[in-house]
Amino acid sequence: MDNTGRYGVFGGQYIPETLMNAIHELDEAYKYYKNNEAFKEELKVLFEEYTGRPSLLYFAKKMTEDLGGAKIYLKREDLNHTGSHKINNVLGQVLLAKKMGKKRVIAETGAGQHGVATATAAALMGLTCEVFMGEEDTVRQALNVFRMELLGAKVTAVKTGTRTLKDAVNAAMQEWTRRVDDTFYCIGSVMGPHPYPEMVRDFQSIIGKEVKMQMLQKEGKLPDTLIACVGGGSNAMGLFYDFIKDEEVELIGVEAAGEGIDTENHAATISKGEIGIFHGMKSYFLQAEGGSIAPVYSISAGLDYPGIGPEHAYLHDTKRAYYVPATDKEAVAAFEYLSKIEGIIPAIESSHAVAYAIKIATQMSKEKIIVINLSGRGDKDVASIARYKGVELNE
Amino acid sequence: MSNIQKAFEKKKQEGQKAFIPFVTAGDPNLEATEKFIYALEKAGSTIIEIGIPFSDPIADGPVIQKANIRALEKGITIDKVFDMVAKVRKLTKVPLVFLLYANTVYYYGIEKFFKKCKEVEVDGIIVPDLPFEEKEEFNAYATECEVDIISLVAPTSKERIKEITKDARGFLYCVSSMGVTGTRNSIQTDLKSMFETINEYCKIPTALGFGISYADQAKDLKKYADGVIVGSAIVKLIEEHGEEAEMPLTQFAQEMMTALQD
Repeated sequence: MDNTGRYGVFGGQYIPETLMNAIHELDEAYKYYKNNEAFKEELKVLFEEYTGRPSLLYFAKKMTEDLGGAKIYLKREDLNHTGSHKINNVLGQVLLAKKMGKKRVIAETGAGQHGVATATAAALMGLTCEVFMGEEDTVRQALNVFRMELLGAKVTAVKTGTRTLKDAVNAAMQEWTRRVDDTFYCIGSVMGPHPYPEMVRDFQSIIGKEVKMQMLQKEGKLPDTLIACVGGGSNAMGLFYDFIKDEEVELIGVEAAGEGIDTENHAATISKGEIGIFHGMKSYFLQAEGGSIAPVYSISAGLDYPGIGPEHAYLHDTKRAYYVPATDKEAVAAFEYLSKIEGIIPAIESSHAVAYAIKIATQMSKEKIIVINLSGRGDKDVASIARYKGVELNE
Repeated sequence: MSNIQKAFEKKKQEGQKAFIPFVTAGDPNLEATEKFIYALEKAGSTIIEIGIPFSDPIADGPVIQKANIRALEKGITIDKVFDMVAKVRKLTKVPLVFLLYANTVYYYGIEKFFKKCKEVEVDGIIVPDLPFEEKEEFNAYATECEVDIISLVAPTSKERIKEITKDARGFLYCVSSMGVTGTRNSIQTDLKSMFETINEYCKIPTALGFGISYADQAKDLKKYADGVIVGSAIVKLIEEHGEEAEMPLTQFAQEMMTALQD
């Protein structure tokens, strides 16, 4: 990455003039605090004492034996406080917001995981919090709406456009332009204008750093393949980052193929997207005729996004990482498989990564090692999986 | 001097501030948009701003967002808007400025886009998500095709104003308020100090926009800038009257003209 936040041609700062001074202020503050020992120590304590880091690297023995191929490890980000990797980034950003003297944080959320994490961190650090969530997602993830409200946050249902994650980002950005003075926008993925993609990746990179250490302890060598699901791409970037220089380690991002990438209903940005400019960055986006942003679909509200972070776009173009699709059907099958075989219910987002691992593990030799980022737990998805399967629940 | 600047200059000599109305192309349809352009020009508009519909207009409030959706549902694309402009150009030379988002230009192809602008005589473009740090990629072609990329300054711009005005073209779009476009009851920004800075550095005409919806408001605010831009209030009239909006638009523009007389 260069100084202006470019990864090759990707990245940049395509935002309204109203936000430019705020984004520069954020960039300056982040540059200062990322090297500030006291800040780093404070964050480390939060990671260890509040989140429960390091998260486990678990050898999935039964799954490995059942598939009969590569050894499978699960990075258990689902065991973090609030149930996903989102808390890593949020603790970093909200702590930074506090250092910058901001009184209020806002966030967008898709599945609700980032919203819950932001509400949690805001409660912990005494800031007010408003979360923007597409109206359709507030229905799909009603429990998370109530959870955020319990944590003291205001949840605003976004009723414009496709009423999903993309529209939640639009609404949060617009709110930021209204109250840029006292408000910190806590973006949930490695996307948006510089410095967000870099900052979010840095806060998430703890995942890959831990994996490297844990793997060397357990196996005495680096893994062969890392697999993570990709919407905006924060859990994948967090896992990949520390391994980018280790060229022998294969990096695979799994996109949401919804009903299939040859249908109109998917969110497979790399498979089907084109380079464009949106949400503050140049990257790959799913686009309609004339360059409007295409409506996207996935069973997973967290992957239901028409773009991807600029660093992923760069890793794709340089062929350092590979991006593959997994359908709703494959993800649901993986969701059920991991639940039954390991007693671990994965988030439907993470289930996309599990689905692809199942596919390739059988074709790999027993000496090979795969690490799957289990980015979140699946409790939030139980009701929607039941709906998908036509099971009626009386909650 | 570009056509846009000439238009400001002419107004100045007539003892008037410039009036810049905004319409969304294709709302309710392109034939209507064409008629609205003629009506607004006839009523004395200095420049006409044409919004190119986009799925996610992040700098726009609910009124213009809805107009974008109405136009997209009609299948309006930029090529159809270019065709309309070519038709308009046979009847009027009033400066036309597109308001569009960066991706619309990028998707069309930057070079192809500016060549097409030159061909049909689009005088300038306003791109709300293209701050001056990102302009370079667009600038080379814009300059070659003599299309002004209009720069924006906001209440938060402060020391950036000097840098922004340095290579600003056409006119300087001065954003009156925080947030998105749309009508407001009052404007909270300290315009006096904002314009002290602007006037210190800016060598091209200035126009004030965002939240200006009434003739009385324009009358109060005209002292700051060389012109005013009105968007949402006009789009609202079109939303209410549909294809029949010509008369109300003419009336609105005439009220504005009176208010903007020095």
